[in-house]
Amino acid sequence: MGKYIALTGAESAAFAMKQINPDVVAAYPITPQTPVAMKFSEYVANGEVNTEYVTVESEHSAMSATVGAAAAGARAMTATASNGLALMWEIVYIASSMRLPILMAVVNRALSGPINIHGDHSDAMGARDSGWIQIFNENNQEVYDSFIMALRIAEHPDVLTPAMVCQDGFITSHSVENVMPLTNEQVQKFIGKKKFKGLITADKPFTMGPLDLQDYYFEHKKQQHEAMKKVFAVVEEVQNEYAKEFGRKYSVIEEYRTEDADTIIMGLNSVMGNVKTVVDSAREKGIKIGAVKPRFFRPFPVDYLRDLLPKFKAVVVLDRSDSFGAMPPLYSETLAALYGIENAPMIKGYIHGLGGRDTNLAMIETVVDNLQKLKDTGEGNLTFEYLGVRE
Amino acid sequence: MALTLKDLINKQIPLNGGHRMCGGCPVPVIVKQVLMSTDHPKIIGNATGCLEVATTIYPYTAWNHPWIHNAFENVAATVSGIEAAHNALSRIGEVPEHNKDAKFIAFAGDGGTYDIGLQSLSGALERGHNMLYVCYDNEGYMNTGIQRSSATPIGANTTTTPIGSESYGKTQSRKDLLSIVAAHHIPYAASTSPHNWMDAMKKSKKAIETQGPTFLLYFAPCIPGWKIPSDVWKKLSETAVKTCFWPLIEFEDGKWSLTGESKLIAEGKMPKIPVEEFLKSQGRFKHLFTDKNKHVIEIIQKDVDKSWNYYKGLAGY
Repeated sequence: MGKYIALTGAESAAFAMKQINPDVVAAYPITPQTPVAMKFSEYVANGEVNTEYVTVESEHSAMSATVGAAAAGARAMTATASNGLALMWEIVYIASSMRLPILMAVVNRALSGPINIHGDHSDAMGARDSGWIQIFNENNQEVYDSFIMALRIAEHPDVLTPAMVCQDGFITSHSVENVMPLTNEQVQKFIGKKKFKGLITADKPFTMGPLDLQDYYFEHKKQQHEAMKKVFAVVEEVQNEYAKEFGRKYSVIEEYRTEDADTIIMGLNSVMGNVKTVVDSAREKGIKIGAVKPRFFRPFPVDYLRDLLPKFKAVVVLDRSDSFGAMPPLYSETLAALYGIENAPMIKGYIHGLGGRDTNLAMIETVVDNLQKLKDTGEGNLTFEYLGVRE
Repeated sequence: MALTLKDLINKQIPLNGGHRMCGGCPVPVIVKQVLMSTDHPKIIGNATGCLEVATTIYPYTAWNHPWIHNAFENVAATVSGIEAAHNALSRIGEVPEHNKDAKFIAFAGDGGTYDIGLQSLSGALERGHNMLYVCYDNEGYMNTGIQRSSATPIGANTTTTPIGSESYGKTQSRKDLLSIVAAHHIPYAASTSPHNWMDAMKKSKKAIETQGPTFLLYFAPCIPGWKIPSDVWKKLSETAVKTCFWPLIEFEDGKWSLTGESKLIAEGKMPKIPVEEFLKSQGRFKHLFTDKNKHVIEIIQKDVDKSWNYYKGLAGY
């Protein structure tokens, strides 16, 4: 094990990329992802990696070049945020349909318009049906560890599916924390040699990306779904090995002070740090509350939630993105997961923090109060509202 | 390797028959001319378009080379990634010695090059990837049903510039892509036409053997798009060159020159034919041969002369 070093969230992603030493990185600057690309460029400039860094002219080309590289047998990576992910959209779907185990650092940022550079999850949530694994991360250590584990998950022969490693723009990407990295040798040993084969190599004719019509397209799309179903078995295996080797234990859904809790707050990424702080202070007042943090949004941990959530009487789900004219994504998918379960908890949703609006402790304290009302009276059950927005 | 018919006839065909390109389409010929011009191992990228959809309908493929299609506008970026992977994997010993001089070739139509793919092409040229980009230019979006592109010439009747009481077809000149490409100061770019197979294959060979980004702009008559019979592409291509509608141009190490029939015309050794000869056999220009639209032929002639004189000047005539 290494020693603690001070890294921003963006640098944590870049540091993990450096230690993986990918064959090809193609990335384009966009706030707040830029420090990932900048830091990695320094590693290239100083000969710390063997990577071919393709300084593409757009995110569309970043994903396109990454697809070409992975098809040719490279460990290929990119990084983006917000509109950059939106510009990649078309190729994001093609990457997963080709079953290329690409890794992408996503520094979550609000989508335009209006233009805004700060953190919310509208970018990643828009890509939730693109066939990528999506890992959400609360802090810089988690970003780092997820990156290393994501490679093993994405490249697993049962999975062969690209993965996004998400973190909140500025809130973690530009905040310095102590991160305990592994040594280069530990990382290399853990990730091992590439197991996937380059298909587009000069060795033999191979046709990739053909026209696929009514007679086969449907089967191919179902294969992507079948691969996603196998992800959590691989995640469990990889997490266990990571814990055994390095002592840091991750789970598909992190639980915080849930042992005797009757209410919980659930959410993704950095807001869960504040939630945990508020849980601690509420506990001091005798409120039996905990926090639940899904680390994966794709695949969506349906079975885990069906097992876990009926233990509680009431649940609040925090979404850092909206779905105009519908329920927000984490809330709606959690509701769907719970449908038909006996003893399903009461549930209420909040849309919070759009465009990087700070979701502060006072706001979460309000949520705790309302959560207790929900538990005691059922008030607000099956509804969602906005948190911290001016009327 | 010498470019002789005797040698070529013994080579493996890079694109098998049985694909679903139109009978009489020159694009498969173009592919063969390019790929058979050298013996390097080759990796092919293909933009969305006729060539892609008609040669790889799953589970079939006509290609005898490693081949990838990603999307419409990004073949240059996709092949950039493949070339980058090749370089990285060569450094760590994952590319066998006999494949180390593999060549990376992108094929795209004019829509995927002049229009939607221009940014991706420009980026790849500027970055200097070792890649040949071949644009087969049939002067419109033929795969989607004959829409105008920025490569469509003045006066052409297309489904998005249809002729009507107020319209004689497309009103704008075609984009001068060769100059745009050359402005990236790449080592080699050329226009060619498949009817002059020696010109085309010499340029292909040179483009493949030159290190760095190279570009070929290929004339490609389209049977349904130009409303022509299926046995005329060779004759029509020749007429296009002899009218100077499609000059054969070379841009090498910063110097412009003319080749083939274009060189002879510039030197006064071959007559320059009026553009009418090129227009008259094509259904897409049929409406120009009426009293109402006759003046458009003059507009086209002026457009052709302007471009011809420009390139002739660049070539030092």
